[in-house]
Order: sequence, then structure tokens, then C-alpha cells
Amino acid sequence: MIDVTVRKQLGAFVLDADFRAPGRGITALFGRSGAGKTTIINLVAGILAPDAGRIAIGADVFFDAATRVALPPNERRVGFVFQDARLFPHLSVERNLRYGLRRTRTTDSPIAFDTVVDVLGVGQLLPRLPHTLSGGERQRVALGRAMLAQPRLLLLDEPLASLDAPRKAEILPYIERLRDEFRLPMIYVSHSLDEVIRLADHLLVVSDGRIAASGPLVDVVSRLDLQPLLGRFEAGSVVDCTVASHDGHYLLTTLQFDSGRLRVPLVDRPVGAAIRVRLRARDISVAVSEPRDLSISNALAGTISAFAERDGVFVDVTISVGATTIRALVSRESRDRLGLAVGQSVWALIKTVALDNRSLGFLRPPRP
Amino acid sequence: MPTAVEYEALWLSLKVAMTATLISLPLAMIAAWLLARTTFWGRAALDAVIHAPLVLPPVVVGYLLLIGLGTRGPIGAWLDQTLGIRLIFTTSGAVVAAAVMSFPLMVRAIRLSLDAVDTGLEWAARTLGASRLDAFFSVTLPLMLPGVVSGCIVAFASSLGEFGATITFASNIEGETRTLPLAIYTAIQTPDGDRVALRLVLLSLTLAVGALALAEVADRRVRRLLGRP
Repeated sequence: MIDVTVRKQLGAFVLDADFRAPGRGITALFGRSGAGKTTIINLVAGILAPDAGRIAIGADVFFDAATRVALPPNERRVGFVFQDARLFPHLSVERNLRYGLRRTRTTDSPIAFDTVVDVLGVGQLLPRLPHTLSGGERQRVALGRAMLAQPRLLLLDEPLASLDAPRKAEILPYIERLRDEFRLPMIYVSHSLDEVIRLADHLLVVSDGRIAASGPLVDVVSRLDLQPLLGRFEAGSVVDCTVASHDGHYLLTTLQFDSGRLRVPLVDRPVGAAIRVRLRARDISVAVSEPRDLSISNALAGTISAFAERDGVFVDVTISVGATTIRALVSRESRDRLGLAVGQSVWALIKTVALDNRSLGFLRPPRP
Repeated sequence: MPTAVEYEALWLSLKVAMTATLISLPLAMIAAWLLARTTFWGRAALDAVIHAPLVLPPVVVGYLLLIGLGTRGPIGAWLDQTLGIRLIFTTSGAVVAAAVMSFPLMVRAIRLSLDAVDTGLEWAARTLGASRLDAFFSVTLPLMLPGVVSGCIVAFASSLGEFGATITFASNIEGETRTLPLAIYTAIQTPDGDRVALRLVLLSLTLAVGALALAEVADRRVRRLLGRP
């Protein structure tokens, strides 16, 4: 468990953050730039000192104003991947990677040099100097360097922000591999909801120096009240599924979640693999009777649990499908015409075509 | 050909400049680090004191040294009585004069290179398990090495040419404090000393060219070490 209660004033900006995050998986710190995300992880790493509060990872207290504890960064065993990589320019890639490794004193569960080099695919780069590397290569080396210092927590400060789209797509799988190979808790700072949904298990929404929301990602992303913070075009819900079966003839895959099934274009994952599906509110329609004679193959029966008006034209409809929450965006006129009301039974319709690679890009490797 | 006495002046100059540079180096690094990376009460005063020799006439610096470090000065008396060290009229005094005069030049060069080292790299080192001192020696120092080398070169060169403070504080004693500039000055003051002066000037020139060549070699080595073109 990561337990943080901190106050820090930086000029006119005041950070007043209080949160707990699970001690495993990826916790995303999401928010606009200037919200205080980087300040929070700098405090956790010991690069900044809080004015007041307490920071602890499990039983280890990093900072406690009450008992005057303040561990220096080098005694926290917290890995840090900076946005700008920050490789040591006078050292080769190999010596950069070994920098933290040489300085570890612990022998428990060592993250091996060869394994990291292999997972990150940096074997070819070892003798080179940082200024000869591409942006993506630099960030991979920075990831490896931080891992090899044998941290118990890895902090990633927008590691993809300075990369272009193809480079981002190149690095993301490596972060997923690190997560799954080494089972290290990570705090991932990002202002990109795409990245966050793809990677994170737990979501902390940061706004104006405060934690606006905290919880399992699937729950927080669907919350209507966070709409202004998450961004209107990103709105939607996230459903964690497993692959149930493949249909080789029609090139479709059936995904199972706790209260229903979804048919999506064929996914290159084995049966049983975990997959996260992102359902955009604008891709979902609502029917008041069971649909027939429709091309849409995904119809999920549920009940309306809430409405939220947006911009006068649209209404956000929250539909409970068993324990899963789905959001649909319909026009206000449609709502009134159909007489939609809270508690009403409806069908949420999702075109299979809408579940393309973009929404299915959030594949998660199988979890044992 | 230069005489033995003239060679002695050359040798003395080299010895004084080398010693002054080596003694200044650690102090200049500490001073540069304090000025570049810390804020404390009296920082501006320290900056002013370090830079004073750059703006004061050398004779004034020599005179101030005499007041402070002479046998009757507060520090000089203590050195004399407890450690038996006398600075006036000795080579050590010439070293002190040269070191004090060249100190600001060395601090400036080192400080510039330290300013150019990204503190973010030092923090990266800290998160990787390096203590402050470890981060300084493994990251900061190698990256500021070009500045350290050029600071040493400038300090060494200015020490070779130091005249005013040396003659005021350490005096002009053959074999003890008479470095090349002082020897040239003495020769000029002596009737028919023109030929001696000319030979010493040629000796100075040779020394200057040699030192510059060495500096160039050192600079290239350091750059190659850091993997920069």
C-alpha cells in the first residue's frame, strides 16, 4: 500500500494531496499539466521535501513530519523514469544501466541485468553513448536503468510525452512487459487518457493540487462527475473482459465480462486472455425494447441509473449492465421521445465495427 | 645560453605556478559549488572576497597579504609561532601570492562548467542509489571536467606571470621568490642587464608556447573521455 498525505507550497501553487494506492499494478496519476502530478512523484522520490505530511510504502516510512523522518532519495529504493530520460551523457548505455545496479545493497529478488536487457531489447545498444540514441531508445535505456536499481516502486513521469506517436506505440509494450515480468508497483504520470486506460489498474485524478478522484480505473473512468476533468471526447466506460472464443469463419472474437458478452473483430489473443475494452459513449445507442432486425450484434440488457446533460444537445446516459457500468451518449430529443427515465430497462447497442483497434488497443497480457 | 641563475628562475616559476594551482584546485571546486549550487547567508560576501583579487591592483593584494600573513599579522603570527611557518621572503609566500591572485579565474571557469551540468542528472543519480558525494564524483565532476581543466590552465598561466602581489608580499629574493617576471624586472633595473632580460623574455615565451600546447592536449583528452567531438 502506498500511503501519501502531503502539503507542499511552490510559489503560488499549493499541493494538498491525500491518497492511498495499491502496492501492486500500475497506478495512474492523471490530470492536466500544472495540476501537480509531477510534484507528487517528486515528493515520493525525495527530490522535493513536503512542508507537512507523511509518505509511506507498506511499513517503510519515507517522510513523516510528525516524527521528523526524511529519507534521502538514495535510501528510498524508488526508481524514477524521467520525461527526458536523463541518461548520463559521459557513460555508455551499459554503464548507465549498471549505475544503479552497482549501488544496490540488497540481495532480495534481484532484477537481473541480462533479463532487463532482453525484455527491453537494448542488447545492441550497450556500447553506445546516449547522444547517439533515438528518443525511443533513450527512454528504453532509462526504463532499464531504473529497474536495475532494484526499486520497490517505480515512478514514471510522462515517459512518453516527449516522443512522437510511432515511438509511443514502440515503448508502451515494453512498459507492459516490465509490469508483467517483474510485478513491480508503478505510479504512472500522464495527461493522456489513452495511455492511462491501456496501462493502469488504479486511477488517481489530480486537479489544482488536489486528488479529485481515486479508485479502480474501471470505476473512476465511468464516473459522470469527473467529465470535465477527463475531457469530453474521451468520455466512455472501460470493461475488463476475457477472451471466450474465436470465430474463424466470420473473423470475430467473443469476449466475456462479468455480466455479458461482446463480439469484436478478431483479436490475436488466446482464449482466456484478459482484454480491456474501451466503450466510447458516442459509439453506444439506446433501445427501449429488445432490438430485432438490426445489424448490431452487441445488445446488452440493463437499467438506466443516471442522466447528465451536456452542452444542451446531448445527454449522458449511465446504464447498469449487471455489475458493469456503461455510458451512452444520446441527444436530449431522443431521450424525451423515448421517455427514458432512471430505473427503466433498456438495451445498450454497440456496433462491432466501433470496437476497432483503437478501442481494442488496450490489450492486457494474461494475468495468472 | 641562459645561465644557471636564469634557469633557476624558470624552475622556480614552474614550481610556484604548479603548487599554487594544485592547492587552489580543491578550494576552488568547493567555492564554485557553494556559489553555483547553494544559497546561504553571506554568499554575496564570499563571492566578493573571491573576486577581489581580480579588481584590486596586485600591489594592494600583496599588501593585504602582508598585513594578514606577515609575521606580525594575526594569521601570520599564529602560523609562525605554532607551526613555524613563515610566508614572507619564502617560496611558500610566492605560492600563496600566486594562488590568491589566480583563484578568482579558476573559480569562474569551474563555476561556469558546473552551471552547465543539469541538476536533473544529479537527481537521477540520487534516485539510483547514489549519495550526494557519490553523485558529485560519478556524474557532476566528469561532466564539469572540461571547465576544471581550463580553470587549471588559466590559473597556472596567470601564476606564471604573477608579479605585483609576489614582490610586495614575498619580496624579490634570488632562489626563493624571484620567479621569471621578477627576474626580468631585476635585470631591467640592473645597468647593462638588457641581454639578460632578453634571454629571460625568450625563456618566458618558450614556456608560454609549451604550456599552451600541453593545455590543448589536456583539453582534447578530456573531451574524448566524455565522448564529445
